[in-house]
Amino acid sequence: MKKVFGRPESLTETSFTYCPGCHHGIAHRLVAEVLDEFGVRENTIGVCPVGCSVFAYLFFNCDMICAAHGRAPATATGIKRAKPDSIVFTYQGDGDLAAIGTAEIVHAANRGENITVIFINNAIYGMTGGQMAPTTLVGQVTQTSPYGRDPKTMGYPIKMAEMLSTLKGATYISRVALSKPANIIKAKKSIKKAFQVQLDGKGFSMVEILSTCPTNWGLSPVEANRWLEENMIPYYPLGEFRTPEEVA
Amino acid sequence: MAEKILMKGNEAIGEAAIIAGCRYYFGYPITPQSELTAYMAKKLLKMKDAAFVQSESELAAINMVYGAASTGVRAMTSSSSPGISLMQEGISYIACSEVPCVVINMMRGGPGLGDIQPAQSDYFQATKGGGHGDYHLIVLAPSSVQELVDLTMDAFDLADKYRNPAMILGDGLLGQMMEAVEFKKKPKVDLPSKESWTLVGCKGRKPHQIVSFNLNPSVLEKMNLVINEKYKKLEEKEVRYEAISLENADLVIVAYGTVARIVKTVIQKAKKEGINVGLIRPITLYPFPEKIIGDTAEKIKKFLIVEMSLGQLIEDVRLAVNGKAKIKFYGRPGGIIPSPEEILEKVKKCL
Repeated sequence: MKKVFGRPESLTETSFTYCPGCHHGIAHRLVAEVLDEFGVRENTIGVCPVGCSVFAYLFFNCDMICAAHGRAPATATGIKRAKPDSIVFTYQGDGDLAAIGTAEIVHAANRGENITVIFINNAIYGMTGGQMAPTTLVGQVTQTSPYGRDPKTMGYPIKMAEMLSTLKGATYISRVALSKPANIIKAKKSIKKAFQVQLDGKGFSMVEILSTCPTNWGLSPVEANRWLEENMIPYYPLGEFRTPEEVA
Repeated sequence: MAEKILMKGNEAIGEAAIIAGCRYYFGYPITPQSELTAYMAKKLLKMKDAAFVQSESELAAINMVYGAASTGVRAMTSSSSPGISLMQEGISYIACSEVPCVVINMMRGGPGLGDIQPAQSDYFQATKGGGHGDYHLIVLAPSSVQELVDLTMDAFDLADKYRNPAMILGDGLLGQMMEAVEFKKKPKVDLPSKESWTLVGCKGRKPHQIVSFNLNPSVLEKMNLVINEKYKKLEEKEVRYEAISLENADLVIVAYGTVARIVKTVIQKAKKEGINVGLIRPITLYPFPEKIIGDTAEKIKKFLIVEMSLGQLIEDVRLAVNGKAKIKFYGRPGGIIPSPEEILEKVKKCL
């Protein structure tokens, strides 16, 4: 019988610890499928962040390191500079990448570090129990914006893909979502492109993935997907912001 | 024998690191150690299989070192006091993950932004951990440009031997002054293989993970205990110090680095006045040479601790002396270098 579906080799057999309806599992799987398709698992070093996906080292079946909060792009820089022939990726949430690690992501992109960044934007802090993220939408209620995010005192949700795409060193920048099968297929293509850029030695690549956090949003998994489509995508448009063709 | 060349301290560290096989340097400029960063740029950018990155901050620099050293290469960063403070988080992660690397701190006056003059006020930070959690760095305290060279080379070996970050604790004076140095070829040391833990791709083996956390307290306790075993070995095997004129000393000075150098002049001056002054100069600040101090305190009843700080080394000396001798202190903080005359004055007051 033909096998039509299985676990990618780049994922371990450890069950995900993520909440029901959380998109981390899908994002992990897509990255793992891409590593399998390129046949680079045994030459890959992954860098996980601090946040819910701090446990990613248990799930990716390749060499892994847990960076300090926000410092994954710096740690990845060190690895890639020492092992330029390996495939290096970071996997970071919105607190990690867009708040505490803003300097590191900007400068890794600006130096054109030949690494791939998977950026999970779910508009909230998951691990610590639902506080405001730099990507939290205006008016969105969180533990630390209990009356809704007020841009007067809390600023506006930060658009990392757009921001980084202004940098010359960034080669491939995109934003995708995982809210429905059609989006997941597009997301996979985008992740594959990002790793292709690295394989070709063309420089920095990042895929921003709009994701759900049903637990901290206080929604069911189905409602969370709808909320993402109705609220996040209008503010965070999907698409490619920088491609190798543009750079060349 | 290698020939002697005249070299600035900061640059000598860079050359020593390269001779020791360090090809990966990450750093952020800060006075009074910027010559080292510039030296590494000049050399490493021209070398194959090497990298120099001027990082966006000291935070990034230490985490770049973490990444590079995780692949098994010899990696280094350098800074001065305020920059080293910024690195503490990363150093704590590196110590917990047992990744060997070398950090250079050419101290300047503090606290805060302080100044850019030589100081020794980061002793606590260097020897007691510095970042969060129970850990130690291997801390080496050179007192000449030659020793900057020798100890930098040793620091890489010690870091690899114990899978622990090592720090050179110098100061702005040592970094800025020029002295004749010799880059002696070190006999090859037998060091443990890094194969069992490095991140180089998992071809033909199970993936390696470098992780500085475990949410299960009993597992984390075990991780702490494993690291602690290393510290016990370090304390047993790696203590280094220099002892001068302890026999018949009227008083023994304990000082390290730049100050110990000045004290050697004090010893000469005192002798001319009929005063016998001894010196114990810790070369490893961690592990601390407590035995020699404790043993000396059985015989010599007066100790003077001299530091370019308001009293940090003194706490370790006090523990080592353990009430067996009288302890006096002389310190100049904020970037002031004490003169031999003022130290001699203090010696006389102590007698």
